Amino acid sequence: MLTASDLRKGLKVQIDGNPYIVTDFEFSKPGKGQALYRTKMRNMITGNQLVKTYRSNDKFEKAELEERKMQFLYSQGDEFHFMDTENFEQLVLTREQLGDNTHFLIDNMELDVVFYNNLPIDVTLPIFVNLAVTKADPWAKGDTSGNDTKPVTVQTGYELQVPPFVEEGDKIQIDTRTGEYVTRVKE
Amino acid sequence: MLDRKRLHLRAAFFRFIRSFFDHHGFLEVDTPIRQPVYIPESNITPLKSEKEYLQTSPELCMKRLLAAGHSKIFQICHCFRKEEKGRLHLEEFQMLEWYRNGADYYQLMVDCEMLLRFLLINLLELQAEKNFAATSFFSGINLDHTWERLSVADAFARYSPVHLDQALREGQFDEILVEYIEPYLGTVAPVFLYDYPVELGSLARKKADRPTLAERFELYINGIELANGFSELTDADEQRARFNLEIAAIKANTGGDVLMPERFLSDLQQLDTAAGIAMGLDRLFMVIINDQRIADAVTFSPEDFR
Repeated sequence: MLTASDLRKGLKVQIDGNPYIVTDFEFSKPGKGQALYRTKMRNMITGNQLVKTYRSNDKFEKAELEERKMQFLYSQGDEFHFMDTENFEQLVLTREQLGDNTHFLIDNMELDVVFYNNLPIDVTLPIFVNLAVTKADPWAKGDTSGNDTKPVTVQTGYELQVPPFVEEGDKIQIDTRTGEYVTRVKE
Repeated sequence: MLDRKRLHLRAAFFRFIRSFFDHHGFLEVDTPIRQPVYIPESNITPLKSEKEYLQTSPELCMKRLLAAGHSKIFQICHCFRKEEKGRLHLEEFQMLEWYRNGADYYQLMVDCEMLLRFLLINLLELQAEKNFAATSFFSGINLDHTWERLSVADAFARYSPVHLDQALREGQFDEILVEYIEPYLGTVAPVFLYDYPVELGSLARKKADRPTLAERFELYINGIELANGFSELTDADEQRARFNLEIAAIKANTGGDVLMPERFLSDLQQLDTAAGIAMGLDRLFMVIINDQRIADAVTFSPEDFR
């Protein structure tokens, strides 16, 4: 059993027979009052949001999830196709189910698909992915504005802040847990 | 880790606080951080240190000093509260407490106004002196604007979907305070929220004419609670009865046994009227320099050890 003090972003819990992932979480405690854990969660099957406030003594069950190694094949509109690398069975996840994970999916990428009661519901991405920069403003040398980052777009359409020396066509490594730039990679 | 400018501002912040209290005739004291007893409060859990505890507040020692006859004392010290971790909480934090013999909670509200204005004036001077890039201290909140005093009952009437009595009956007081009331407190000028239900102030004196209320207040700026002050409960028998309620609640929650702070209760008999307040200094510094997270306002935060 988990208690409210175990709550953190990314934790997967089971509520009324449904798996939820914690998407946002804030600890608050009015003076002399009780600890309150204000939590936003996403139903991992329906994608519905759940906003709830818990107290220290509230208990949770960990969601019983199973992961299988798969390959991401391609996306078509809001459907994302995956293939089991052992038995070649294919399955589809929707954009809604994948949430922000779609920012980091590239064709033929290997990852884990998450199952709940044998239903595919989500993916677990590798921690680091390398993506190509498709749009970046050129770096004006001698720029004295003091900005130490600039926005770029990568091949999946995801936008992020990077150091000014990153250029269009570069490959950059991104931490999928935070969505932040890690380093430029040479291939 | 703090950058150079913040480190200098933080050092000055502590220096100005000390000179404020020195100027007003307060005696600076220091008391043990580690003690064999802790304040029985059901919503505050201490960290253990061998067979003793790290203080959650220096309150008991401060009041024993008052009982010994000292009239105006203050202390700046580290306090520890287990599992209080969040945007506005660190398990270890710096607390400022000051106490006045013969005073009540209204005097402490006046102290708060004077202290914060004194800090602002001096920090602005320092900023100019050191040529620091200008920071809008207190995010531009006008401290000269009248500081509103809003009773808890009026705050519920103004902001809450349910009446105060109903919130208390249904155990929803904290939720409603956090969700519906706090975000609106102190957004124009600082606000004192005062006269709390007596069950929410286990060391505070009851109001003589309204015994369901305690003479307790909280200071808010920008929706953030910065200080908790009250007229001290100095009736040792009533204090024992209130501690017993807290101890029973702690036992029910954790199954653990809690020692009654006997030496404190016996010293309390020597105390007549007094008022005291605790102010979270890391949080105050965060609000002054307009940071959003307490971890960004301390020299080292837990994140700096990961």
